[in-house]
Amino acid sequence: MKKYTFTEKKDTRSGFGAGMHVLGQQNPNVVALCADLVGSLKLEPFIKENPERFIQCGISEANMIGVSAGLTIGGKIPFATTFANFATGRVYDQIRQSVAYSNKNVKICASHAGLTLGEDGATHQILEDIGMMKMLPGMTVINPCDYNQTKAATIAIADHDGPVYLRFGRPVIPVFTDADQKFEIGKAWMVNEGTDVSIIATGHMVWEAIQAGEILEAEGINAEIINIHTIKPLDEEAILKSVEKTGCVVTAEEHNRIGGLGDSVAQVLVKNKLVPQEYVAVNDSFGESGTPAQLLQKYGLDAKHIVEAAKRAIARKQ
Amino acid sequence: MEIEQLEKVASQVRRDIVRMVHGCQSGHPGGSLGCTELLVALYFERMKLKENDGKVVFDMDGKDEDLFFLSNGHISPVWYSVLARRGYFPVSELATFRKLDSRLQGHPTTHEHLEGIRIASGSLGQGLSVALGAATAKKLNNDKGIVYVLMGDGEQQEGQVWEAATFAPHHQVDNLIAFIDLNGQQIDGPTVKVMNNRDLGAKYEAFGWEVISIEEGNDMAAVTKGLYEAKGRLGHGRPIMVLLHTGMGYGVDFMMGSHKWHGVAPNDEQLAAALAQLDETLGDY
Repeated sequence: MKKYTFTEKKDTRSGFGAGMHVLGQQNPNVVALCADLVGSLKLEPFIKENPERFIQCGISEANMIGVSAGLTIGGKIPFATTFANFATGRVYDQIRQSVAYSNKNVKICASHAGLTLGEDGATHQILEDIGMMKMLPGMTVINPCDYNQTKAATIAIADHDGPVYLRFGRPVIPVFTDADQKFEIGKAWMVNEGTDVSIIATGHMVWEAIQAGEILEAEGINAEIINIHTIKPLDEEAILKSVEKTGCVVTAEEHNRIGGLGDSVAQVLVKNKLVPQEYVAVNDSFGESGTPAQLLQKYGLDAKHIVEAAKRAIARKQ
Repeated sequence: MEIEQLEKVASQVRRDIVRMVHGCQSGHPGGSLGCTELLVALYFERMKLKENDGKVVFDMDGKDEDLFFLSNGHISPVWYSVLARRGYFPVSELATFRKLDSRLQGHPTTHEHLEGIRIASGSLGQGLSVALGAATAKKLNNDKGIVYVLMGDGEQQEGQVWEAATFAPHHQVDNLIAFIDLNGQQIDGPTVKVMNNRDLGAKYEAFGWEVISIEEGNDMAAVTKGLYEAKGRLGHGRPIMVLLHTGMGYGVDFMMGSHKWHGVAPNDEQLAAALAQLDETLGDY
């Protein structure tokens, strides 16, 4: 089993900020918009070098989505940024009509997704955003796993013509992917090959899955770990190829179990190859205040819970 | 174009509107009839449009031309008719309005690639924001085109409108002219009874807009004059709001001045009565 190590921990939102910094220098059509959260979204380097291409929208997310849609008419590539809750649920109808249905080249970039923003609590911990966004026809949904992958994804989506929802977060987590990686939208990343169970994880849960894989290995279980950074379009081929080999699946996501990655994977399995699947996800509830580690443990999202889910999935194999 | 010619176009557009709505027995004739002068004056007189050999050409980016956005998308019949009569697509296509497999959806959309449409509208309150984005893109591109956007007066009850109203003066979007169709009616009745908007002019002025009024929004000469005045005020750091006083259902006597024709189609007899009041000037589709 391949070992993953890290020398530093960083937040994925800083990966987004670093990606925007690069885009500011590389692509003159990229415009950044923000709803009074410049510091949280790490946009300062972009704004410093490109003040004319930054549009402060104030605390007016609905207007920000509409302005973004309008900017595409004229060839701009708007990156509309705020917290995930305000970037999706608050403005669902604006995204639906002015962005998705109108097929506008808007990048909705959302920090503080999931439980791990921590102490702010459930008002800010959106756990339904992947579901809402993936249901919109034509929307690409991406949830990268660490700083480097988020940076690479940010740069990659500027070259993709069409609406994108890019989801990332606040906590500092290990940086374990390559700094110079090429990000391919819709292409799963094989983290570790294995034979006994497929652990399919997205976002912050990929590191938890890697740790779970090490625990399982010590117990003689050989887990395959796949990073699905693009939830839509889903790399069905990679998933099916893996389950042909392992015969069971664990999906892991920082999202409600209803409507997230797990359901997308289940749909692929139901259509193509029925194998046991266990969900590691929030069990249809809201979050609460706490530290990221406490919340992952309480809501059943840490490595220990992935290990237990893997054992259940293996036990269900016929 | 002379006023008299514009009026002839308007008469044909009104015939198109009632025939389209009758043809599918659904749609919104009231607001469409009320905004006919504005859209005809914009597309046949005021707006700089991209043309090739005297024929309009559509591309999504609309660089170096004026753009129009319809925020109150339910008055799609008037826009579709004006776009077709201006040459964006064949007038025969008006017969497909609201029917299966048509590009003329109930509310305007880019989804079926209808020439002249740059954004979907229908869910209210979003068009001003979109127009502000398009106007901002023009500024970033050093494009001298003007962006026009029409909203309804009932639509002013949507919160997003006021987010956009705050944004526009703050960012000095002074290449944009917005209109509110002040017909005083909405689905459930007179606007003052359903949800009183009070003094919209004073509100927009307080938000930092330059506000002008066109008192006779169904008088072609008054509309063209008002558009000329609005254009003259561009470029001074403030967005322009035009309060356009219209009569809902204008031009068809039994549809005028009542919210009852907001979203109701005429029957065969009513269609005949309406068409008898409107000269066929350019040939029915």
